[in-house]
Amino acid sequence: MAIDNETIKHVAHLARIDLQQNELEKLSSQLHDIIGFIDKISKLDVEKIAPASHILPISNVLREDNPHVSLTPEKALENAPEKKGNFFSVPKIIE
Amino acid sequence: MELNQLTAHELLAKLKNGSIAVQAIFDSLYQRLDKVDDKVKAYVRRGNLEKSGEKSGNQADLLGLPITIKDNICTEGLNTECCSKILQGFRPPYDATVISNLKRSGAGIFELKANMDEFAFGSSTENSYFGSTHNPWNLDCVPGGSSGGSAAAVAADEAIWALGSDTGGSIRQPASFCGVVGLKPTYGRVSRFGLIAFASSLDQIGPITKDVEDAAILTRIIAGYDPNDSTSINQKVPDYTKSLTKDIKGLKIAIPKEYFVEGMDPEVKAVVDEAVNKLKELGAVIKQVTLAHTEYAVPVYYIIATAEASSNLARFDGVQYGYRAKSDNLIEMYKKTRAEGFGDEAKRRIMLGTFALSHGYYDAYYLRALKVRTLIKQDFDKVFSEFDCIVAPTSPSAAFKIGERTSDPLKMYLSDIYTISVNLAGIPAMSIPCGFTRNKLPVGLQIMAGAFNEETIFKVGHTFEQNTDWHKLKPIIRP
Repeated sequence: MAIDNETIKHVAHLARIDLQQNELEKLSSQLHDIIGFIDKISKLDVEKIAPASHILPISNVLREDNPHVSLTPEKALENAPEKKGNFFSVPKIIE
Repeated sequence: MELNQLTAHELLAKLKNGSIAVQAIFDSLYQRLDKVDDKVKAYVRRGNLEKSGEKSGNQADLLGLPITIKDNICTEGLNTECCSKILQGFRPPYDATVISNLKRSGAGIFELKANMDEFAFGSSTENSYFGSTHNPWNLDCVPGGSSGGSAAAVAADEAIWALGSDTGGSIRQPASFCGVVGLKPTYGRVSRFGLIAFASSLDQIGPITKDVEDAAILTRIIAGYDPNDSTSINQKVPDYTKSLTKDIKGLKIAIPKEYFVEGMDPEVKAVVDEAVNKLKELGAVIKQVTLAHTEYAVPVYYIIATAEASSNLARFDGVQYGYRAKSDNLIEMYKKTRAEGFGDEAKRRIMLGTFALSHGYYDAYYLRALKVRTLIKQDFDKVFSEFDCIVAPTSPSAAFKIGERTSDPLKMYLSDIYTISVNLAGIPAMSIPCGFTRNKLPVGLQIMAGAFNEETIFKVGHTFEQNTDWHKLKPIIRP
C-alpha cells in the first residue's frame, strides 16, 4: 500500500510530532518499505481466528478500593519542567 | 581472578564465609570501569559516579552484592532516562517493583545505569542518545540490543550481574552477541511496575548473568505477583536453583525447521548444530518440528509493538517530566518537545504505530496482527503438548559491525527474527553461550519452554553449560 506525503503529515499530527520536510520525505520512503513488508500478513486467512488481545488467560483484574498513601504533591512535581504551587504549569490555552 | 570477574554465587560464598567485604567488590568494579569503559561504554552518565560512599554489608540473602540496572527501570532518586533526550534529568520518585525486591533481598544497586537503545527501540544499542556501546569481544562490533549496556557490562566484567528488559529479544540477542546468559521470563512472571513501558503486552524484565546458576538465583528474586501490575500472575515462584540438575536423559527437545533457513550465517548454523549434538550426546531426544507461522512473526511484531509504543509514548509531552521545548502555545509545545526529544528510531516507531491504529487502517493492520498472533501462539502450544522445550539459535548472525545496519531499518528489524515469536507467545526463553565464530565472536543457543516452565530452561541450560566451557571464556580488551 502506498503511503503518501499527506498521510505522513496527518499521522505526524496525530502523533504530535513536528517533522521537518527532510524528515517527512525520509520517513515516507522508510515507512513505505516497512509497510510493504508487513503487508505480508494480508495473505493469511484469519476470518475465523480470535484476536489475541491477552496472551494469558486473565480477565477483569479488580482490586478493593481502599484508601492508601500515594506520592505527595511535592514528590510528584519534583520532575516537572515548570510548576506553579501544587500544579504542573503549561502554556496558556484560553485566550 | 579479580573479584569483578567472579559470578554472583561465587561472590556470595565468599561474602558468607567472611573472606571478603562488599566494598572490595565495588572497588574492583570501579577499577575495571576506569580501565575499560572508555572503550566499551556500557554505562551512561559516567560523570555522575561518586565512589566516596562506603558500601555497607547487608544481612539479607544477597549481602550487599552489587547489580547493574538498565536505564529504563525506575530507581528512586537515581537518574532513569531510557537513554532518551526526552527524559533528560528524570529521577524517579519511586522504585520499580523489581528494584524493591532486590533491595529487600540485600542487593546493592550500582550507581551507574546501563546503556540501551532509546526506549528499548533497537537491536544494537546504536539508538542511544548517549551513543553506542561497543562489544567487548570486538570493539568495532555492536553488543546487540536493546539491553546492550547490561550485556556488555557483564561480559567485560564491569558488572557482576544485571537486569535488562526484553520486548522482542532485547535480553537474549545482546546476551548472545556478548557471550553471556540472558533470560526473558514468561509474560506475567515478573512485575512490570516501574519499567518504562515500550509494548505492554510484550515487555518483561529479566536477568543477564555470567552463568545459568546466577540467572536462576536472580529470577527467583525478581519474580512474583505484584498488585501494582495487573498482568502479573499470582502463581508460586519456585526455587529455581533446585532445577540446576545435570540430567536431561530422555528429555524431549524440538528443533523448529523454520529457524534453520536461508539468511542464516553458516558459521552460526554450524556452531548451533554442534550444540544440538551435544544435547543429544547428553541423553536428550531430539526431533524436528514446524512452527508454521514463523515468517509472520516480524511483521506482526512491528505492528503490535509499535502500536503499543505509540500509545505508551504519548505521555512524553513535556508536561510532567523530562525535556520541554520552548513555546507559548500548548499544542506547539507538545509537537516541538517530541520533535526535539525523540531520536529517529523512536519517531519512526511512533509514526508506524500511530498509522497502524489510525482510522481506516486498524482492521487491516492492528486487528489482523492480533489474529496472526493467536496463530503463532497455537504453533507453540502444539509443540509443547509433545515436547519439553525448543532449542534454536538466538540470532541468525553473530555481532555485526557498528554502523552496518543503521541506514536500513528493515534489515535491522530482521535481526530479531528468532527472538520475536517468544514474546508474541508470552513464553520464557534463555540464551546461553554455545561457541564462537572464526572471528572469535560469541554465538548464543536459545532454549524456549511453555509458559511458567522456566525450570526446564534452567535445567537444560545448566546441563549444557556444565558440560562445556564456553561460558568461562572472557574477552580481552586491549588498552
